[in-house]
Amino acid sequence: MIAVENISKSFGENNVLKNISAKFEQGKANFIIGQSGSGKTVLIKSIVGLHEVDEGKIMYDDRDFTNMNIKKRKKIRKEIGMIFQGGALFDSATIEQNIKFPIDMFTKQTTEEKLERVNFCLKKVNLENVNHLYPDEISGGMKKRVSIARAIALNPKYLFCDEPNSGLDPKTSIVIDNLIKEITEEFNITTVVNSHDMNSVMQIGDNIMFVYQGEKWWEGNKEEILKSDNKELNDFVFASDLYKKIKKSIS
Amino acid sequence: MGIFFHIGRYFALIAKVLSRPEKGRVYIKQIFKEVDALGLNSLGIVVIISFFLGAVITIQTAYNFENPLIPLYLIGLTARDSMLLEFSSTIVGLILAGKVGSNVASEIGTMRVTEQIDALEIMGINSASYLILPKICGLVLFAPVLFIVSNFVGIIGGWVAGVGTGAVTSYDFIYGLHYAFNPFYITYSFTKCLVFAFIIISVSAYHGYYTIGGALEVGKSSTKAVVYSSILILVFNLIITQIMLT
Repeated sequence: MIAVENISKSFGENNVLKNISAKFEQGKANFIIGQSGSGKTVLIKSIVGLHEVDEGKIMYDDRDFTNMNIKKRKKIRKEIGMIFQGGALFDSATIEQNIKFPIDMFTKQTTEEKLERVNFCLKKVNLENVNHLYPDEISGGMKKRVSIARAIALNPKYLFCDEPNSGLDPKTSIVIDNLIKEITEEFNITTVVNSHDMNSVMQIGDNIMFVYQGEKWWEGNKEEILKSDNKELNDFVFASDLYKKIKKSIS
Repeated sequence: MGIFFHIGRYFALIAKVLSRPEKGRVYIKQIFKEVDALGLNSLGIVVIISFFLGAVITIQTAYNFENPLIPLYLIGLTARDSMLLEFSSTIVGLILAGKVGSNVASEIGTMRVTEQIDALEIMGINSASYLILPKICGLVLFAPVLFIVSNFVGIIGGWVAGVGTGAVTSYDFIYGLHYAFNPFYITYSFTKCLVFAFIIISVSAYHGYYTIGGALEVGKSSTKAVVYSSILILVFNLIITQIMLT
């Protein structure tokens, strides 16, 4: 489980995160939702330590990440997998080299074992025979899947996904969502997904946190989100005609 | 942001770059890759430029040595010393700052804006060390080779131009090459080469590593990398010359 306690983060005068506390449960898809510019990405980057928080604590299974030295942080980071918005694959390396990279850096496996692990991860994300292709030779959806494969290469305990469906068509988005859910449950990972895609939230979201103007505005699950009377949340969730109709049918 | 901010951040980055690597074997592989990418790939341009520099130095020297009292072998000596003391180290350094510097800054800058550096950090890898240290080692290791090749080709260029235009005989030119040779010049030029190689990579990598934004900013970082590393090469050329030759 990951717990954040009263974290705040500012960039100069701009107060991006304001006293946010939350718990992200193990084996569940924990969603952080909110409009663009609400502070979701800063929150997720603060949790993984890419941004230093100004105040508050971040706990990884009772290990205080905020007050750790670099050596201990590195140890925790080896337990983290992350899927970036743009994939962040190393474009000068093949798909196989991308997935093998963390295995090369942190294990003493033989070449055969490494290849076996790479192929296992690729199979897990329904990709085969792409080992020798480069990232610019595959589609956006495939890049996201390779990104997931790389993120799970070292059996992470924590998985972070920053806008995993951005730029993907609805059908591919569902494939990616289901993959994230499947991996989360199968390996009992603490998954934190940062998204503004309501289809994803309704598809796989277990716990949902709504961030509004840098503050935690609402928290609940996908059944509660449809019945909430929180104005800002409703403005966000029911922005599209489709969801307005759903809301109408519920009420 | 002031100059002291950049100086402080540069040294903080260098400290990070020089910290203990995660896995030595992976780094050694990377160093060989960088020797190929940064060093061997620069060999062509160094050969072309050095040949023409040597040729031009020889013709210009011959043009200025019209007085019959000045022995013609001094044309060979001037070509040798000019190449050895200044052209093979400083001028080639400036050219490499353009070629290699912009390459390094844009490569690392692109990795920064496409979150590839963040991905390395998340994996628990010291991204600065992993990306920059092999490049520094690669060019610093290969710079002496470039220096030797540049000198050799420059002198050949001088000989071809001098003998080809009839400005000097082959015997006089070669005699001049041997005349009053000071081996310390090689130590001096080698020192400059190594310092310039370090400056080119570290300054360019610094600009790439701290790129914020998108494609436009990567381009700006690349330009800054070339400008600042060129200026620093000239400044350190003066400092090293003052220390070693006076």
